[in-house]
This record gives sequence, C-alpha cells and structure tokens, in this order.
Amino acid sequence: MGYVLTQSGFSELVKSLESQYRIFAPVLKKGAGRHLDTDVVLYDFVKSAEEIELEHKSDYAFKEALLPMSETLFFFTEQQTKEADLDERPVLVFLRSCDLHALKRLDDIYLRNGKEIDPFYKRRRDLLHFVLIGCPHAFENCFCVDMGSNLTKDGYVFSIDSAEEGEDTVYRFEVPDASFNTFFEGAGGTKADVQHTYVTETKTRVRVPEEVPQAVMKDALWDEYTQRCIGCGRCNFVCPTCTCFTMQDVYYTDNGRVGERRRVEASCMVDGFTNVAGGGQYRKTKGERMRFKVLHKISDHKKRFGENMCVGCGRCDDVCPEYISYSHIINKVYDASEKVLQAKNAEGGEENE
Amino acid sequence: MNTAVTNANPYIPFPSEILDVVKHTQKEYTFRMKFEGEVRPGQFFEVSVPKFGEAPISVSGIGKDYVDLTIRRVGRVTNEVFEHYKGQSLLLRGPYGNGFDIDLYKEGETVVVAGGTGVSPVRGVIEALSTMDNAKDKYAIAGFRSPDDMLFRDDLARWKDRLNLILTVDRAPEGYEGNVGLVTKFIADLPLRDPSSAKAVVVGPPPMMKFTIIELQKKGFKDENITVSYERKMCCGLGKCGHCRVNSTYICLDGPVFNYTEGKLLMD
Repeated sequence: MGYVLTQSGFSELVKSLESQYRIFAPVLKKGAGRHLDTDVVLYDFVKSAEEIELEHKSDYAFKEALLPMSETLFFFTEQQTKEADLDERPVLVFLRSCDLHALKRLDDIYLRNGKEIDPFYKRRRDLLHFVLIGCPHAFENCFCVDMGSNLTKDGYVFSIDSAEEGEDTVYRFEVPDASFNTFFEGAGGTKADVQHTYVTETKTRVRVPEEVPQAVMKDALWDEYTQRCIGCGRCNFVCPTCTCFTMQDVYYTDNGRVGERRRVEASCMVDGFTNVAGGGQYRKTKGERMRFKVLHKISDHKKRFGENMCVGCGRCDDVCPEYISYSHIINKVYDASEKVLQAKNAEGGEENE
Repeated sequence: MNTAVTNANPYIPFPSEILDVVKHTQKEYTFRMKFEGEVRPGQFFEVSVPKFGEAPISVSGIGKDYVDLTIRRVGRVTNEVFEHYKGQSLLLRGPYGNGFDIDLYKEGETVVVAGGTGVSPVRGVIEALSTMDNAKDKYAIAGFRSPDDMLFRDDLARWKDRLNLILTVDRAPEGYEGNVGLVTKFIADLPLRDPSSAKAVVVGPPPMMKFTIIELQKKGFKDENITVSYERKMCCGLGKCGHCRVNSTYICLDGPVFNYTEGKLLMD
C-alpha cells in the first residue's frame, strides 16, 4: 500500500505534516563543510519539502533527535532542582535504514542497560516517528549489507523514494501506517503499490568475526593507529550508535546561585575520557582507544545485547581527517581472529588466556 | 534498591545531612552522611556539587541511618566539598554498583589487601571480618604511602586487637617503629593453613593490585578465590554515559567488585 506524488504534491504533504509534527531531516548546508567551498549534510528541523536532502548521505546521524550535542537536564536554584522543559510536539524523523537500525542500539543503552530507564532519552524517544528514506544504491564507504542493516521491515510510518522521470521528480511512498493516508490523500496522492528501495550490495565489504579472541586485543595491528589517529573524536560524533556523554555544570555569570547541569556528547578517542581523580588514566594511546571503539562496535555490544552495534553507515570513514578506514580495521580484526583460532586449533584446542 | 529519598528521575540528587566529619589527613576526610536504605561496602555514591559537577565516592562505612564517604581532595568537586561543607548537607545520588558480598568471607581464612584510599571500600569488609567468631583466621594488610597518609587510625587500632592486621607504609622518617615496605612484601609470610582455599580481597592503585595478585598466586591462592574492586571514571552511575565501560562490562553496573576470574579478562 502506498502513494505516488509529484514535486508539488510532496511540498503539500510536508506542509500539512508540518502543521502537526516537527520535522527533523537531513539538510544540505551550502558551503558549511569542513573545507572551503564544500557542503555538509546535517540534521535540522525543517518547514518545507525543499529543505529536505534526499539524494546524499547525511554526514551526521539523526541521533541528535534523541541525544543533542549538549542537553540541559535540569536547573539548579539553591536547594531546588527543576527538570528542563521539552517541546512536546511529536517529531517526524527522516532517516535511512542503517540509522533506523542504529535506533535499536541507542535503545539498548538508554532503555535497557542497567535497571534505570534514562528519563531524558525516554521522553524524547516517545515523541519520535520515523520516515524511512529509501536507498536505491549504496553510497561511498557504506557496508550496511554485511552488517545486516540494509533492510528495514518495520518501525517506520512511511517510506520515501524520489526518482527523476523525464523532466520531473516523482516521489513514491510506502505507507504501512494507515493513519497517515489522509495526509497523502490531502496532497493529491495517487494510490499505488509501493515498496521502498534498499541496498543489496555495497562496494565496501567487511568480514565481521563471529568472536574476537582476547589475544587480538594485544595484536600489533592496533599500534598503527597510535601513529595515525589524532584523537579528534569526529568518528564518534558522526556515528549513529555512539552514545557516550559527560556531565557538565554551568552557572550563570549574572547570578552564581543559579545554573544548570547538562550532558554533552563525549568521545572515547579524545583525551580525558577515562581520567579519574588524581590523574589516573586508562587507554593512553590512540591505538588502545581505536581497539576499544572498534571492538565495542563489532564484538562487545553484541556480547551484552545480542547484536553488533555497528550498522555499517560508513560515516566514520567519510569523516576521518587522517583517512583511517574503520571498515578496513574490521577486516584486519577478522584476519587476526582467524589466525588466533587456527593456531588454537593446531594446538589441539587448548585454552589460551 | 531503595534509597531514603526516591526520585522519579535518577539523575536528580537528593540532599543528605552531614552528621560528622573525621579528618584523617589534610587531604582525606570521612563525611558521615544521613542515609537510610540498603547499602553494601564497595558500592558508591555520586557526590553532586552544583556548579562543580559530580564525583563517584565509595562507601567506607555503613550504619543504621548513615553512610560514611571518605573523600580525597584531588579535584574540582572534592575541593569544593572540603571548602564549603561546614554546617551543610551534600547532594548525593546512589548507591550504585554491586558491592562486596560479606557472606563469601565467613568461612575459613581470608586476607584483605588494601592500599591507600583503597582501604575505604574495604573498610566495611574488614570491620565485618573483625567481628566474626573466627576472626583469628582473618588477615588485613593495609598499606599507606607514609605514616602521615594513614586513614582510619581509630579503626586500625581496634582491628589490631581483633584480627591479624599488618599495617605498613611505603616509606617513613627515621625512627619510625612500624612496618616499612609495600603490601606485597608481607604476603609470602602469611601463616595460612591452606592458601588454596583461602579467600582474598584486593583493592588499591592498579600497579599495587597487579603485584599483590601475583604474590597471592605464588602463595597458592586460586583466581576464583580472589575478589577485586576497580576504579574507573563513573560519570552517571546508571550504565548510560559509557565512561566506565571495559569490553562488554560496565563497571558501574556489573562492578566495581569482581571475582578475579572475571576481572582479569577486563582489558582497557
């Protein structure tokens, strides 16, 4: 079940959706890229269809809908604390299949890790509805197929695919949530049998090890990244599944008795992430941090929650200023793991510590 | 676990009255905080000082309506606590983490090895051991940097009479009459009947823990009989912020207390 709309019909659709939902979508910012005269695709709240970027992969993920870079948790006034207010209108988030899979990983941490549900995450999460952007082809560095995140079966209210047909752009929508039909009818949509597009092969391929033996943690493969990685943390900030934060207190200069506690996105690659009182620090080298990050994505999260954290969006490879390829590291870990397992089998399966 | 003041929002701290302050050294005080609820030694609270932030502090003592928090003045938050605690309450969140299971150490021989502020989380364990009927089978080796750095002097004096306490300092001025040397020095000579079944608890700075465990293993201790407690930066205490994760383990949820068979696999 679905609808087909013309360019003007799509504009109408967004206009009517916007009257009931806040729309959080990828937006192409001209000239705002990291280098002179380059563009960047970020997430932002939009008012019109024209603002929504459907063609390019977004450089940053949708996760800011749930985990803003900086989020005020509550305000302090002497002995009182007050939770920060939140815009309680529902939000429509436009995202691709990999990102919708990433949502499950965010939920793992914020709703399922430990016995406490994170209330600041939950209250934002409850407001979100998802619009799946179809992927007719893979982008550079994508490897969603190997991570099993190329296909999405549920969790979206409708999907969107755009295609050039002659002079015009035609928009196709698969609409599993029938409560949205009225919006499409109102925008002059033609009923059609629509299935969203999805990627079935990617140029970048990864071999994910079933299990990473402890010995691989000490493998020399990580040393390269002590030399190459500059610890900037960009890979964490663009990652749809990186969830870490640091608490930060801010007080107002005009009134030192009033302030707020925030949480800000944190990076396990950046200095200071593990610092304990008195100067203690864990994982001092960039190589150790790379190992910590990579193994979390392809092994450690899975041990705890049953699924790998990485969804194969490839944004970390897109963004790295040192051209470090994370997908390449996965393959190196696979090879190193195989080597250890083979050596173990040759030894007659004796347990290594 | 129920706390005295329950907040719907676990990030919002509750005020707790400071009942007493014991000054051990210039930098280390124990704050007795009003608290009613279930707590175990080895668990921790987040001490929250608006404007300065939060710091995870382990529980060093437990009473019917209080918990002791031994705080070392080493950072922004703890500095502020020391400057402005007088007549005040502190904001707390917690308790967090698993803590020690005292029942594990009831039977047979037990050795607690603790260094410096590592004595805080095991103070409750040593206290419990000292009141057991078989306290003569219980050993505590407590090491401090120098005689001036000693914590819990009153407790140390009391424990000395009840269990086998070895108190040592890394270095001392001339004329000091007590033991001088690292805690590791005293393990080989412990007069244990059966090290292969004896239990051990090890808490302290990472190098001290590493070499203490090597000594215990040499002595004949089994890994599964060794308990350790790890220090990490615990920012939220709730398993969300990610700072304390090691491999697939969250120190704030699954620890900070671990059986060594599990603890030895944790690799930063």
